[in-house]
Amino acid sequence: MANQSHKTALLEETPVILPGHDFETVTETVAEIPLSKRFPLGWIGLLLIGLAGAGMLHMALGYLVLKGIGIWGNNVPVGWAFDIINFVWWIGIGHAGTLISAILLLFKQQWRMSISRFAEAMTIFAVMCAAIFPVFHTGRPWLAAYWLFPYPNAMGLWPQFKSPLIWDVFAVSTYATVSIVFWYIGMIPDMATLRDRAVSKVKASIYGILSLGWRGSARHWHRYEVSTLILAGLSTPLVLSVHTVVSFDFAVSVIPGWHATIFPPYFVAGAIYAGFAMVLTLAIPVRRFYGMESLITMRHIDNMAKITLATGLMVSYGYAMEAFFAWYSGSPHERFMMWNRMFGPYAWSYWTLIAINMVMIQLLWFTKVRHNTTILFVMSLLIGVGMWLERFVIIVTSLNRDFIPASWGMYYPTQWDFMTFFGTIGLFLTLFLLFLRFVPMISIFEVKMLLPQSKVKADHAH
Amino acid sequence: MHTNEPTNRPHGVMAEFDSAQAVVDAARKTMAHGFTKVEAYSPVPVEELNDIIHKSRTVLPKLVLGGGIAGMATGFILQYWASTIAYPMNIGGRPQASWITFIIPSYELTILFSALTAAIGMIVLNGLPQPYHPVFNVDRFAMASSDKFFLVVESADPKFDQQATAEFLRSTGAKGVYDVDE
Repeated sequence: MANQSHKTALLEETPVILPGHDFETVTETVAEIPLSKRFPLGWIGLLLIGLAGAGMLHMALGYLVLKGIGIWGNNVPVGWAFDIINFVWWIGIGHAGTLISAILLLFKQQWRMSISRFAEAMTIFAVMCAAIFPVFHTGRPWLAAYWLFPYPNAMGLWPQFKSPLIWDVFAVSTYATVSIVFWYIGMIPDMATLRDRAVSKVKASIYGILSLGWRGSARHWHRYEVSTLILAGLSTPLVLSVHTVVSFDFAVSVIPGWHATIFPPYFVAGAIYAGFAMVLTLAIPVRRFYGMESLITMRHIDNMAKITLATGLMVSYGYAMEAFFAWYSGSPHERFMMWNRMFGPYAWSYWTLIAINMVMIQLLWFTKVRHNTTILFVMSLLIGVGMWLERFVIIVTSLNRDFIPASWGMYYPTQWDFMTFFGTIGLFLTLFLLFLRFVPMISIFEVKMLLPQSKVKADHAH
Repeated sequence: MHTNEPTNRPHGVMAEFDSAQAVVDAARKTMAHGFTKVEAYSPVPVEELNDIIHKSRTVLPKLVLGGGIAGMATGFILQYWASTIAYPMNIGGRPQASWITFIIPSYELTILFSALTAAIGMIVLNGLPQPYHPVFNVDRFAMASSDKFFLVVESADPKFDQQATAEFLRSTGAKGVYDVDE
């Protein structure tokens, strides 16, 4: 009984925003960063690292265009490897942003407000990194336009709409567009805040143009609220469809280990799991270095850790079911695929992913772990590794030993594979750092809506 | 438009408030007093203000429905036409018009067109981008995006009288009352 009340007290002690904030302090805390003249050394250092990575990406892709995709480790039978592993990994990471900004908005989860803006930024940058892989895997990205998009061209060619790959083009390009639109619409009122607070004329003009002349009239806000609610409602089925369609790239084929009905929900859960881990990876250092602990509180960290745990358990269920289906199918090829995963040449990757995604995440059951940001940060990085390995296992171990032993072969990534992959991490870091510095990283007006100043009592006269 | 005669006609009178509750109370009093050309400005959405002042809801959801239907039709017709008429291909002996495989691109285009309608529709209906508006002539209005709430009675209102309107707004509990130049 005493324990129970102690727990309730703990929950009450971690509000969504810490006490002591009013409209002015919220505006000040968030708007100060894009409007300041300072470029902190740490920020510059990280930006240089990010730019170095982006430069490496540029080199790897430039060389690929010159030489062709033979510079990658892909071969026969492993025709799909780093390109699709990294594509799925990045796309999955993006899902948490939309989940936070759309699904949690529909569920009226008010804690989402302080983290939605930068989770959405993360989504957009992750989708950009993801898109690089399939486009460059075509080898001639300048021709990809008519391979991928239906437009009337001089050759009279049209894409093949019965292929999951073309479905993927529609899903991912819609996802990228809607995410960018939703993100920008969400920023318009905050751009007006920056416009009104900017001291320098140049900044006031730039933010003024971005704000479109927003003035926050009752009519504006009414249409704005309706519009964002509709966008949230549309983004929810969209985000669920994106990773479902990504999973169709595999599930529609007949390769053992891919041809499974569990793939869509299993992929969506994995995406949200990896995505929340990435939000934690970003939120934990950002709140520390920018002094945002009063707006991104332990409540947020705790809730995100809980969602990571819940989706991690769903993913674990997926692993168990994959093994079960392989056995229950009675198909020797399915059974061999599972044996090959567990005891074949890539067994190390399978057992590492099980150790991370099934065993390690059980630590998140403990409040002490969820409240220790150092442990959480390390865990979130490991989850990123675990989810990358999941895609590696699904793709490489299904392909390397298929139906006929004579066609078996091993896959080893080359330096160009690694340069491209780490290059996209550099690109992501660069974009994210620019976002942190030049855009309000927390939605100012949404956080204000949590404060008493914006509350109105119901009118009893009517 | 420029004319030789100076117009001197103000845009209206602006009152400043500290909280959403205060501006909502004042808006109720203003509407009850018989003013019709009124607008409120706030740093956060206050749903009550639109209900009190404008008493009507936006047409946006209907436009979005239209956008969604157009998107679905575009997706389906495009695929049907491309797969059966423009460029028929025999893929594993499936029928040319295998509509089940057309569902996903149609679904995605439904969402794409509705989302773009929701976003662009909001911007266009709000008359944005609009670089100039008279309310920005009031220095204090810079606080409308930070922590102050404003109520404007416009000069287009039949009951508008600069002195009397300012007096009235002061009586609703305004922290400050300013003339808004055109």
